[in-house]
Amino acid sequence: MAGVSFKDVRKTYDNKIEVIHGVDMTIADGEFIVIVGPSGCGKSTLLRMVAGLERITGGEISIGERVVNELEPKDRDIAMVFQNYALYPHMTVYENMAYGLKIAKVPKAEIDQRVRDAAKTLELGQLLERRPRQLSGGQRQRVAMGRAIVRKPAVFLFDEPLSNLDAKLRVQMRLEIKRLQRELGVTSIYVTHDQVEAMTLADRLIVMNAGIADQIGTPMDVYDRPASVFVAGFIGSPAMNFLAGRVAEGGRAIELAGQGGARATLALARATTAAAGAAVAVGLRPEHLAPADGGPLELTVELAEPLGADSLLHGRFGESRETVTVRLPGHVRANPGETRRFTVDPGHVHLFDSQTGKRLADA
Amino acid sequence: MEKRVAFNERWLPYLLVSPQILITLVFFFWPSGQAIWQSVLLEDAFGGNSRFVFLDNFTHLLSDKDYYASARLTLVFSALVASVGLGVSLLLAVMADRIIRGATAYKAFLVWPYAVAPAVAGVLWGFLFNPSVGIVAWSLAAIGIEFNYVINGNQALALVVIAAVWNQVSYNFLFFLAGLQAIPKSLIEAAAIDGAGPGRRFWDIVFPLLSPTGFFLLVVNIIYAFFGTFGVVDSLTKGGPAKATEILVFKVYNDGFRGQDLGGSAAQSVILMIVVIALTVVQFRFIERRVHY
Ligand SMILES: Nc1ncnc2c1ncn2[C@@H]1O[C@H](COP(=O)(O)OP(=O)(O)OP(=O)(O)O)[C@@H](O)[C@H]1O
Ligand SMILES: [Mg+2]
Repeated sequence: MAGVSFKDVRKTYDNKIEVIHGVDMTIADGEFIVIVGPSGCGKSTLLRMVAGLERITGGEISIGERVVNELEPKDRDIAMVFQNYALYPHMTVYENMAYGLKIAKVPKAEIDQRVRDAAKTLELGQLLERRPRQLSGGQRQRVAMGRAIVRKPAVFLFDEPLSNLDAKLRVQMRLEIKRLQRELGVTSIYVTHDQVEAMTLADRLIVMNAGIADQIGTPMDVYDRPASVFVAGFIGSPAMNFLAGRVAEGGRAIELAGQGGARATLALARATTAAAGAAVAVGLRPEHLAPADGGPLELTVELAEPLGADSLLHGRFGESRETVTVRLPGHVRANPGETRRFTVDPGHVHLFDSQTGKRLADA
Repeated sequence: MEKRVAFNERWLPYLLVSPQILITLVFFFWPSGQAIWQSVLLEDAFGGNSRFVFLDNFTHLLSDKDYYASARLTLVFSALVASVGLGVSLLLAVMADRIIRGATAYKAFLVWPYAVAPAVAGVLWGFLFNPSVGIVAWSLAAIGIEFNYVINGNQALALVVIAAVWNQVSYNFLFFLAGLQAIPKSLIEAAAIDGAGPGRRFWDIVFPLLSPTGFFLLVVNIIYAFFGTFGVVDSLTKGGPAKATEILVFKVYNDGFRGQDLGGSAAQSVILMIVVIALTVVQFRFIERRVHY
């Protein structure tokens, strides 16, 4: 059992392009950390540096008390589950799970015990003599998990382990991974670009953007107080709406741009530190916009999408350029061109610097 | 689903395949038939008459010490060609697989030898090792090794093996390289995390996954050593010195065209024909049942 810590970790590939620009973080023992971000942002690279499959070109990674920069993968006390499972095709399920233990020269009886225990936990008992090609995707996934847990490592690493499964199986396996990790209490680092997986699995999230950890925090933290426009837009579905605005009333309200004659102002729960008149990006989540007669925001509907439980309205506020999405519970019918008024709770207004994209602090 | 092409004219498909069939008939079935027919005849030494002798040529052959010597030599020779050829090309392929940059150039260089005809390969190597003017023989002499394949039978065999292997290595290399590149990198990485060092990863993971390719190449190389090396032997040693390199396929030629024993030579080719048919059957069987992981 061990925690993991990153100190200014950087990665430059052979082509001299730096793809990880300094990640700092400390992962506690037993914590479930999810690295989430768009394709190409460096999630796999970061994970593979922990595994020892990529050289660490700057900074330090420690597992437990040991700096592992120069250690071989086998000496790092980790186990990894790959996206394509990477099961050995010429070995049976049993042999796949036993391979690492066999190399570690664990006594035969103990190998047998551990493999059978893991098989029981993962309901693989009937499949031990099969070869990977005789298994379904979900079963292969389980075997890959089994291979990881029999070794009783200090850290589990997962690189998009569920992305080859269909939606239903993904939900099922997600729950199973969560349950297993809770049971075993093993520190886990899990890479995904699926935000539902990220939100549901993580104790804490790392939201990566182009080689930088934009925000590290609990899922609710990240959702409630996104640190940047990027994080705000990436976490939450449908994505947060952004509107241009200006700080007004000495920092206690925001005046939205492009609302024509009818000026729209949003009150803030707490005054912002930004100077009066400063240009800001205002973030409003679709689910936080509530219908209200006489509300400050007038939506001109362009399209209504029924989702069953909810309905989405797409359109624009006033004469602003940005399209926005509103999420309403239940069945809502609206014709294109119709207008509706909305309001938002002051606690749900997010402000970002329009230049840097960083969240603006409260006073 | 099977795709069928519909021809409007019934005779057109036959016309289209007829050149291939004609070539096979003229250059394969006809000579084979002739060989079988010859193998049961005894040709008069001065030409003209021939006599039907039933299986006498075969019984004679099977009690001939020289024939067994040649057969034994062929086994040794093909074992050497196949093992050295597969070993060297696997080594080259493993090294090429590691290279990312410049891999195409490296591959192209390694493929060239295959474009050289066996007879030309023989001339090339004969020249390099020529006892009086060959640069390699000369260098070997400078470090105190006397290399003269014209009089030393073992050295002649070694040289024929080298030339034959050199000619075939590219072919093996390409198949091995393709086989290696088809192994997902993540398997190797998973094995590394499981604690296997480079050697262990090769033997436990790469080697088993490469074995279908290896088996296929083994059969191809044995067939090559049995039959394809005629040009190399002919241009290098002509079976000499003192039959030290007279492999079966060369003995067929020697006995038939030099020794004028057409019946005996034909009997030998019939036996070789049976060998090649057997090997081909093995190969087809294998391709049909090829293991797909
Ligand atoms: N071996 C490599 N050599 C050079 N550049 C690489 C290499 N591997 C990855 N990169 C680059 O590093 C960046 C990060 O890649 P990485 O695979 O970590 O992304 P990712 O976040 O895992 O993306 P995805 O969600 O698509 O898996 C990308 O810009 C990629 O092009
Ligand atoms: Mg990735």
